[in-house]
Amino acid sequence: MAQIKSLEDLKRIREEALRKKEIKRASGEKQVIVGMGTSGIAAGARDTMKAILRVIEEENLTGIVVTQTGGLGLDAKEPIVQVIIGEEPKVTYGNVTPDVAVRIIKEHVVAGKVVSEYVIHA
Amino acid sequence: MKELSLHILDIVENSIAAKAKNISIIIHDDIQNDHLSIIIKDDGKGMDANTLAKVTDPFYTSRTTRKVGLGIPLFKAAAEACNGSFHIQSKPAVGTEVTATFQRSHIDRMPLGDLAATSLNLVVAYPDISWYFHYQRNNKQFIFDSKIIRQELEDIPYSDPLVLSFLRKHFTEGLEELEN
Repeated sequence: MAQIKSLEDLKRIREEALRKKEIKRASGEKQVIVGMGTSGIAAGARDTMKAILRVIEEENLTGIVVTQTGGLGLDAKEPIVQVIIGEEPKVTYGNVTPDVAVRIIKEHVVAGKVVSEYVIHA
Repeated sequence: MKELSLHILDIVENSIAAKAKNISIIIHDDIQNDHLSIIIKDDGKGMDANTLAKVTDPFYTSRTTRKVGLGIPLFKAAAEACNGSFHIQSKPAVGTEVTATFQRSHIDRMPLGDLAATSLNLVVAYPDISWYFHYQRNNKQFIFDSKIIRQELEDIPYSDPLVLSFLRKHFTEGLEELEN
């Protein structure tokens, strides 16, 4: 089975990740939620998720928790992404294509500046 | 939906809503017998016979925010349009098993699509679920058991960039090997 030979890799990954975690601990939890109900998936939410995971990997961004949820009840504006940073109020974005998702991660999650043109005011 | 792997992502949401802790996805792509089967099995709260009879009805949903639940009816229609079949077995407090089969060569059969993306997506988005993926193509198989990964990583999250990179390559390369 393929995973046996990769266990050593995982051990190394764990050690390196632990080191970084210490540095990041002070910056507060960052949470990104992708709406992954039937309508979200049909509108391309998986590609949005893929772009988010890719930018985290490529830019080596730690301390971001990515989750998904079923329908958020905003079908006309799917794909939907929500961002919660520490104690700040939740921000909901609509029509989040992969390109928009990358902007949200870089500008909002990393730099702290809301990407206002895609914000939905429910 | 354009890909079967998107249907899988969608159907699994039902298992999550049913509070499953262990979810298995078993795909058998059998070229010789011109057959493709997809099984999604969970240990969620399950359904009684009454509810089970209603879930393939597009106007039924357990949700209260909106009236129509299309995930299961869409998947069922996709299978039945391809000379296939669709079954759900469920028992309260035991779990649910969804099985869809397809005539592999049927002109309307959607491709499996980006199964690596669906797999990575599920594991990262639901780190507390124990995932078991068994993807078989003819005689070759790819098996992923998140328990093994979790044991090694202990408290390091799947959304850590190094872990993401590892998992993405693991799924992409593993699934590519099946194709060759």
